[in-house]
Amino acid sequence: MEHLLNLLIKSIFVENVIFAFFLGMCSYLAVSKKVKTAFGLGVAVIFVMVLTTPLNYLILAYMLQEGALAWIHPSLATVDLTFLGFILFISTIAGAVQLVEMVVEKFAPSLYNALGIFLPLITVNCSILGASLFMQEREYNFAETAVFSVGAGTGFFLAIVLLAAIRERLQYSKIPEPLQGLGIAMIITGLMGMAFLSFSGIQL
Amino acid sequence: MSVETTTSPEVKKEPLFSKKNRKVLTDPLDDINPVTVQILGVCSALAVTTQIKPAIIMALGVTVVTAFSNLIIALIRDSIPGRIRMIVQLVIVALLVTIVDQLLKAYMFDVSKKLSVFVGLIITNCIVMGRLEAYAMSQKPWPSFLDGIGNGLGYGMILVVVAIIRELFGSGSLLGYKVVPQWLYDAGYSNNGLMMLPPAALFIIGIFIWIQRSRNRKLINAS
Repeated sequence: MEHLLNLLIKSIFVENVIFAFFLGMCSYLAVSKKVKTAFGLGVAVIFVMVLTTPLNYLILAYMLQEGALAWIHPSLATVDLTFLGFILFISTIAGAVQLVEMVVEKFAPSLYNALGIFLPLITVNCSILGASLFMQEREYNFAETAVFSVGAGTGFFLAIVLLAAIRERLQYSKIPEPLQGLGIAMIITGLMGMAFLSFSGIQL
Repeated sequence: MSVETTTSPEVKKEPLFSKKNRKVLTDPLDDINPVTVQILGVCSALAVTTQIKPAIIMALGVTVVTAFSNLIIALIRDSIPGRIRMIVQLVIVALLVTIVDQLLKAYMFDVSKKLSVFVGLIITNCIVMGRLEAYAMSQKPWPSFLDGIGNGLGYGMILVVVAIIRELFGSGSLLGYKVVPQWLYDAGYSNNGLMMLPPAALFIIGIFIWIQRSRNRKLINAS
């Protein structure tokens, strides 16, 4: 239990997807001009991340890994399909996003209006696929995968809302013209990353 | 659809490296650079640049994937239904990335280990998807292929420059060879540890954008 809590804290603060791995920078920079939209995207990312990473874990564990197909027939125990990982992971994510979009549109129109435009964007958000690949590389089990996906999603949410809040304030400050917009956003992210570095080494 | 097939013979009359095609190839290096102007593919541009070698390999991988996915999509662009084009594009890109990943694992295992998940993340690299959507879906195969190479090189250029700065100041070497002489260390110089940490890449790209936009003022309101 303590181990899982530790993983959660680690994936939110110490190994934040944005500040430590730069995953999902494109939408992070593009959709962080207003706190409200940043909030919407952040929630959508948590949602899709928590849905798809455990799903990809199941695919990896019961279809792709060496010996994973043994539940069909013992003679398949030597088959190793790990190289198909990328294609299946990204298809799962694209499919899940499409499905979520349709379900939300039908049953929760108000939520759909809030998240609507962000959902398709999320398919190509590196942090979602990144979470699945980290899950594979670090060999998490199912409980760890679930906790990690919550932590990584929350980390993204935190980072994008923080940056949006800072950028809203920046409108009132005098920044050299060529540095405005993208340039200053990069430098602020770097400063925030340095602040987050102070979390490194924290253990529960 | 039939309109497209009638225009294809014209491609052959146009020289392979006509002025227009050359422009397609060279524009992404500066004026519409994917990283600093279009803000695409920033994720991996920052993560793999602590050393030069992985940066070069990564740049090559992205160039190959962008060029060939552009080519394939441009070839089949008329037969992709609009609603599911995203999934079709992703599958083609994932296929190419799988090939690149397997090749890296077979011939350059240590680099492949160092790049870890970032090879797989070429799939969701915004440059690839961005160019497919913005260019290959509406252009002929050959210009699309050149556009892919151009954007890959524009991306690679940023990657290598950032990697050179980080490796030189972070560990005092270039491509693994020591270039900062020992007497300098003896005189009190020391490597800048911050350069090896993630925030340094953000500062360098931020300053890069600043310099580029001061030089070329029409880019200022680009984003």
